[in-house]
Amino acid sequence: MLTFTQTDQGGLAHIEGPMTIHNATELKSQFIGALSASQHLELNLAAVTEIDAAGLQLLIMAKQHQIHIQHELTLINHSEAVLEAFEIMGLVSWFNDPVIITRQ
Amino acid sequence: MDEIEQVLGLYISESRELLDEMELLLLNLENEQDKAESLNAIFRAAHTIKGSAGIFSLDEVVHFTHGVESLLDKMRDGKIVSNSELTSLLLDCKDHISLLIDNVEHKTGLTEHDLLNGNALLQTLLIVVKQEGTDGPKVQAKDNTQLTTTQAVERENSPKVKSDNWHISVRYHPDSFRFGMDPLAILRYLATLGDIESITSLFPNLPSASEMDPETCYLGYEINFKSQANKLDIEGAFDFIRDDSQVHILPPCSRVSDFIALIESLPEQDIQLGEILVQSGSLTPNELEYALSLQRQLKSQSIEVPLGTIVVNNGLTPQPVLESAIAKQNQIRDGKTKEIQSVRVDADKLDQLINLVGELVIAGAGSSLHAHSSGDRILIESFSMLTRLVEEVRDAALQLRMVQIGATFTRFQRVVRDVAKELGKDIELVITGAETELDKTVVEKISDPLMHLIRNSMDHGIEAPDVRIEKQKDPKGRLTLNAYHDSGMIVIEVSDDGAGLNYEKILKKAQEKGLIPEGESLDVHEVNNLIFEPGFSTADAVTNLSGRGVGMDVVKRNITALRGTVEVQSILGQGAIFSIRLPLTLAIIDGFLVEIEKSSFVIPLNMVLECVELNEGNSDISPSSQQSYINLRGEVLPFIRLRRLFNLGGRPPKRENVIVISYLGNKVGLAVDKLVGEFQTVIKPLGNIFSHIQGISGSTVLGSGEVALILDVPNLVQKILTTESAKALYSQA
Repeated sequence: MLTFTQTDQGGLAHIEGPMTIHNATELKSQFIGALSASQHLELNLAAVTEIDAAGLQLLIMAKQHQIHIQHELTLINHSEAVLEAFEIMGLVSWFNDPVIITRQ
Repeated sequence: MDEIEQVLGLYISESRELLDEMELLLLNLENEQDKAESLNAIFRAAHTIKGSAGIFSLDEVVHFTHGVESLLDKMRDGKIVSNSELTSLLLDCKDHISLLIDNVEHKTGLTEHDLLNGNALLQTLLIVVKQEGTDGPKVQAKDNTQLTTTQAVERENSPKVKSDNWHISVRYHPDSFRFGMDPLAILRYLATLGDIESITSLFPNLPSASEMDPETCYLGYEINFKSQANKLDIEGAFDFIRDDSQVHILPPCSRVSDFIALIESLPEQDIQLGEILVQSGSLTPNELEYALSLQRQLKSQSIEVPLGTIVVNNGLTPQPVLESAIAKQNQIRDGKTKEIQSVRVDADKLDQLINLVGELVIAGAGSSLHAHSSGDRILIESFSMLTRLVEEVRDAALQLRMVQIGATFTRFQRVVRDVAKELGKDIELVITGAETELDKTVVEKISDPLMHLIRNSMDHGIEAPDVRIEKQKDPKGRLTLNAYHDSGMIVIEVSDDGAGLNYEKILKKAQEKGLIPEGESLDVHEVNNLIFEPGFSTADAVTNLSGRGVGMDVVKRNITALRGTVEVQSILGQGAIFSIRLPLTLAIIDGFLVEIEKSSFVIPLNMVLECVELNEGNSDISPSSQQSYINLRGEVLPFIRLRRLFNLGGRPPKRENVIVISYLGNKVGLAVDKLVGEFQTVIKPLGNIFSHIQGISGSTVLGSGEVALILDVPNLVQKILTTESAKALYSQA
């Protein structure tokens, strides 16, 4: 479930709940709306409870899309689930967002 | 969640099939000359179960199956020689895996007892494996690397890459997500086998946001993997996806040529992929340079070597690994073609169809009747066409439920083995006629009585080895299961080469029990069949008799409930044959409709031989006599009048008809008023209150809406042939 708010500095999006194959289609359409709406979008992942490869793929798509249309996308507040998935897939440096490594 | 559940369900049913296969192979293992092939197949079964379990994070299954695999691996390598103790151990292990799979299905945990049992089994496995050899088939395989090389590679003398890590390349099939696979889960599993030193995720085919389908998988990755695991284990992580995705696994210190093959086989640009390999640490920049130049050279010479050939000829992959991979692929391919050819249908839906076809048959018969009575030729003709089609539909519908009995038979392999061991006997099970088909509902219901007969033959029929030697028999007893079709019935035989039934003892016992009056003389066959009488199933009988007959009345009851019969033939000292005769299907039969007064009866058509007219000139046909005989072309044919038998009253017409029926080679006649003709009959079982009525096995509804009773021919034949019983029957009527 993605919620989007427009602020003076740019757009702010929250994703809540799972990001998996089961809601990937729904999330994607919500993404498209948010991505084109603002020059600079911050995506808050703090409330992502579960993420699978399909969810990761959506984030990759979002990032590539923003690069393509010369917008900016920053992922913030990665939840534990997101971080773990990023690490397994070796994507932390690809996204190149500041992350807080909580585990050792 | 539903999709995952579905895939998991698929895994569960696949595992069960594999376990069944494993059991069968294990049971046959001892008799086989060349065990290598079976061992490979058993190993593959275990390996596939483990590999797929890893993907679903079924740790218990993975853990346990891994232990089994280690032993099988040793056996495959010839380091541990198979023997019957090991087979028993492996059978127990197989049972435990079944249990684990059951638990997966029901989402329950193991009971304490099973848990302890599982641990004990694992311990045993560990000890067996430890004692008989050192671990590491992979190390050994590496030692004999320098086998042969292909010309192409020999000429180039491909050097080895320095990295001592594995390199794994994966490109997922676009539909992977839809099949319920999560690449993340596979990586997590891989991480349990070793360390992922570096990973580069790739998504070169990811389309622009507008075109991207979120449910399609565009992912792939290159992994530099540090692990002591062997190749099979690592491959196991990808077993479930390998069929439709690209997976390449290069062992540590692979040859540069292998990397070339890898680079060539993957979809990305050569240079880009090369860079990733360097970045991941699998290749050094120099090696990449060399590899690319080598690749160009080979390309210019248009030499194309399949990856498999390169890998094996370089001696890097042990041959068995490749073989197992190929076998697995074939298996998957076979599975796919099967999938196309067959559809799984709910048994309920099938039953509903059969029921409807049954109703259709009745309605068709009714309409046909009206058509005939209307006398309209065109109508009659069109109805005869319709009737033919309905008949075909009926046959096709019944065919749907036909299954081969072989699967039921082979299940007894295990029973025979276990019971023989328990009894300290050496018994082999021989199966013939496994391809004989019969109705699925019958197959299911016959399993129990068969089990009883088999256990009985093993327990009381076949003697202990020392006794057999004394009797100059082969110490190994032989139990045979046989099936065949005989005049619209299926016959299942359970025979043994044991001691046979002791006629004297049974007779004595029967007299004690008052089952036969004093002075009554019965032939051997009749006496032997007394073991099916309820009186013989008491505990007393077990000790006094040889034990034959324990619960045999139950067997008989179950078989009778299926409209079948059971008989025993025995030769003292040589063995016994139990024959079960069953109708092929329980739902619809071809019948022959007859009338007496206003009542209609149906005789199963397959038992009708002919119809003759009852002539006054023939001998002993006085209407008042209870049982009569006619002269059928010089033969004596006993017959009874159904009118008298069922006490229908009224007067017989001037010309009666006799229907000659045959059962088990015995011919008898049934005298009736009127022959109506062939009639498709949908059998409706009689209610419980009518279950004691003899001579009637069911009922059916005629087209006119009237009810006709179906005659129980085996029962009637018996009654007619044994005069005494016939008298009893008349007095009842």
